[in-house]
Amino acid sequence: MTTLDAKTPSGPLEKKWDKHKFDLKLVNPANKRKYSVIVVGTGLAGGSAAASLAELGYKVTAFCYQDSPRRAHSIAAQGGINAAKNYQNDGDSVFRLFYDTVKGGDFRAREANVYRLAEVSANIIDQCVAQGVPFAREYGGLLANRSFGGAQVSRTFYARGQTGQQLLLGCYSALSRQIGLGNVKMYPRTEMLDLVLVDGHAKGIVVRDMETGKVSSHSADAVVLATGGYSNVFFLSTNATGCNVMAIYRAYKRGALFANPCFTQIHPTCIPVAGEHQSKLTLMSESLRNDGRIWVPMAKGDKRAPGDIPEAERDYYLERKYPSYGNLAPRDIASRAAKEVCDEGRGVGESGLGVYLDFSESIGRLGEATIADRYGNLFQMYERITGENPYKAPMRIFPAPHYTMGGLWVDYNLMSNVPGLFVIGEANFSDHGANRLGASALMQGLADGYFILPYTIGDYFARTGAKKIPTDRPEFKQAEAEVDQKTKKLLAIKGKKTLMELHRELGKVMWEYCGMARNETGLKKALELIPGMREEFWKNACVLGGGEELNQSLERAGRVADFFEFAELMCKDALMRNESCGGHFRTEYQTSDGEAARDDDNYMYVSCWEYAGVGKEPNLHKEPLTFEFVQPGQRSYK
Amino acid sequence: MNLTLKVWRQKDRHAQGRIETYQAKDISPDTSFLEMLDLVNEDLIKQGLEPIAFDHDCREGICGTCSLTINGIPHGKEKGTTSCQLHMRHFQDGETIYIEPWRAKAFPVVKDLIVDRSAFDKIMQAGGFISVNTGGTPDANALPVAKDAAEQAMDAAACIGCGACVAACKNASAMLFVSAKVGQFASLPQGQAERERRVLAMVNAMDEAGFGNCTNYYECEAVCPKEISVKFIAMMNREYMRALRKPPRTKSAGGTG
Repeated sequence: MTTLDAKTPSGPLEKKWDKHKFDLKLVNPANKRKYSVIVVGTGLAGGSAAASLAELGYKVTAFCYQDSPRRAHSIAAQGGINAAKNYQNDGDSVFRLFYDTVKGGDFRAREANVYRLAEVSANIIDQCVAQGVPFAREYGGLLANRSFGGAQVSRTFYARGQTGQQLLLGCYSALSRQIGLGNVKMYPRTEMLDLVLVDGHAKGIVVRDMETGKVSSHSADAVVLATGGYSNVFFLSTNATGCNVMAIYRAYKRGALFANPCFTQIHPTCIPVAGEHQSKLTLMSESLRNDGRIWVPMAKGDKRAPGDIPEAERDYYLERKYPSYGNLAPRDIASRAAKEVCDEGRGVGESGLGVYLDFSESIGRLGEATIADRYGNLFQMYERITGENPYKAPMRIFPAPHYTMGGLWVDYNLMSNVPGLFVIGEANFSDHGANRLGASALMQGLADGYFILPYTIGDYFARTGAKKIPTDRPEFKQAEAEVDQKTKKLLAIKGKKTLMELHRELGKVMWEYCGMARNETGLKKALELIPGMREEFWKNACVLGGGEELNQSLERAGRVADFFEFAELMCKDALMRNESCGGHFRTEYQTSDGEAARDDDNYMYVSCWEYAGVGKEPNLHKEPLTFEFVQPGQRSYK
Repeated sequence: MNLTLKVWRQKDRHAQGRIETYQAKDISPDTSFLEMLDLVNEDLIKQGLEPIAFDHDCREGICGTCSLTINGIPHGKEKGTTSCQLHMRHFQDGETIYIEPWRAKAFPVVKDLIVDRSAFDKIMQAGGFISVNTGGTPDANALPVAKDAAEQAMDAAACIGCGACVAACKNASAMLFVSAKVGQFASLPQGQAERERRVLAMVNAMDEAGFGNCTNYYECEAVCPKEISVKFIAMMNREYMRALRKPPRTKSAGGTG
């Protein structure tokens, strides 16, 4: 039986991290070069971690599947990054950011982790500014801020609509500096295919060079996974097409616990699906909700052009239902509200799956130039995709799978239950609970990479010591052989269905039964369907080409194969959790006015799943959540 | 829409490439260019033919992964648009479209339409950064940055490193890319300390990688999906000259302990 010790430090909330940092064992600067670390994934979390660990003197080897670490999907985040700076003098504080985040996550996150996140948030901005990240400025030269969904203060820092890009380029430049200095050995176009354990500790990985197909092993004193989220399990999502669950899923198969897999976030402001050809969904920054008003016609089936619908016949439903937050209601609330009005038959656009995000009022009040200054690139992007001009007619938006709050279980040190395996950023589960507030993903990725992992990993090293592990050990040879076998198996199927077809079918089932709303019947149905679909995948997938060459079909096949297994775990988790909370909305559990009804007595825990074999019932472990400093209550945004 | 595609196919770095012809049938005008290629690939796979390899990831025009020369123009003829954000509504039914990889000595073809752009990373590793370690940085508002300077830095920083500028240039020059980074940091107070070292190191690395020089044709600016201005090339040249004219610094002898 795995014991789950979150290692949360005792004492007052605001002293926990300081106390913990003091209690952590240190590695003497001269000894740091004796320790090696593998970092998989070089987005905000992995890139910042690799750079910071190398600065400290550790020997770092970093891997990413993209052709350059600058292309990680963190780059696509648009709106901003939160920090408790209170530069606006509007009453923000570390405690308020902490409180908003815990409440926003529907009380399914760890208090101590979230407080620490809020605490280091201010340093992140300092760090990025020092790196030359061109954040938006006021005329006086000081930093500008805006507000974001789920908050009533302006604590969000931004760089036009390209905040993720600029933060990523900041940490990519820090990483580049360390690569240039020879402190980081970087492997781009390299995919991790397995985790290797030696005496129960994570000591290495098996990778495939995506250009040559060569499989090789790499060993280190610790392994850090920073491989992002899994919302491509839905096929259509806002993630980059390459995003996948492989690295964390394979670590799960080697014994790491998977926490809260059913907590997926549906983002409210995406461009609606246009047709079957579509390969992904595009998100429109949530910051648009600052100046855009969301509405649908009052009457069902009103197909008039938006301009022809008079004010009195429009329903600004978010402002009506949540007067104090209005259009800035948190993501899960705004997404569900959009689904409801569309279910009622009041959705707009050809498919009826869309609501208006209307800027005419703010363009009238502030002028087109101001709006263009704030959101110009987003408006352009919208026009490019839809062929419609959002300055003239309202945008159409609809919710889409976006961020995943679940991930591998980690303790306060960001170490999984497998010693030596650290998991950071979206790949872990720890800080967002059941729903992530806007502008908090970038914050967590960078907090983990710049300011938390570099301290906590030293403690592990100091306790275990450095040991050069040769990659010709049987553990590595065994893992390589398994990887090889899997590749051969995929190439041998020679079926009739393309990977895209199979993935799309899985995605439809997941969206239908485990998407924005779930219920027992649907989840059971999905659990009936998935094993059969998985079988079909292994019988009928068509993977052309060979293993020892650049083979995009093979890359995709490996990722999709894992989604077919992982989908089952996600549905099981959603079925087990007989409550609604945040992004997990079970239709059986709602309040009289249709809001999520939590069951704190029975489900105030992190569900942690232990692998038992493909198609076998995984074992559930629970990490109880306790709230010492905030009182869990009904989330109200009214 | 129905289209005829003339696509560059090349097995690997060492193989000889050639143009192959494919048909794209029943394409919706709302489809993006890469989704159109997806559909063609689906067809090829069904016929047991190897799909066309091309680089792509975010499909939101921001990661800079996609790199197609479409009818001779990197990212196609729509201004300020990446291949992934180019939609088929901009093409005519029945049109023949040529699709080729980026062409530059410093960007060798890896397979079909995929090229190796690691030369860009090497330039960044030579000096595309502000040397600051994690932690111990002053409060972000301790150093005011004039709004105009921040805006100019952002104009430059918007570069996605896709390499279209190189592909469009008859000299295969990387100067727009390099100047974007140099220009970003030269615009900001944080970038001043390493100003000279940075531009010298980056320009050197650019030359070493085999990129050519700028001869003011502005093809780079014309195809840049982020519309980075050539004014940054002028700025980089000025920075470079300025750095060259600075008397050489004596090497630090280190602390005396």
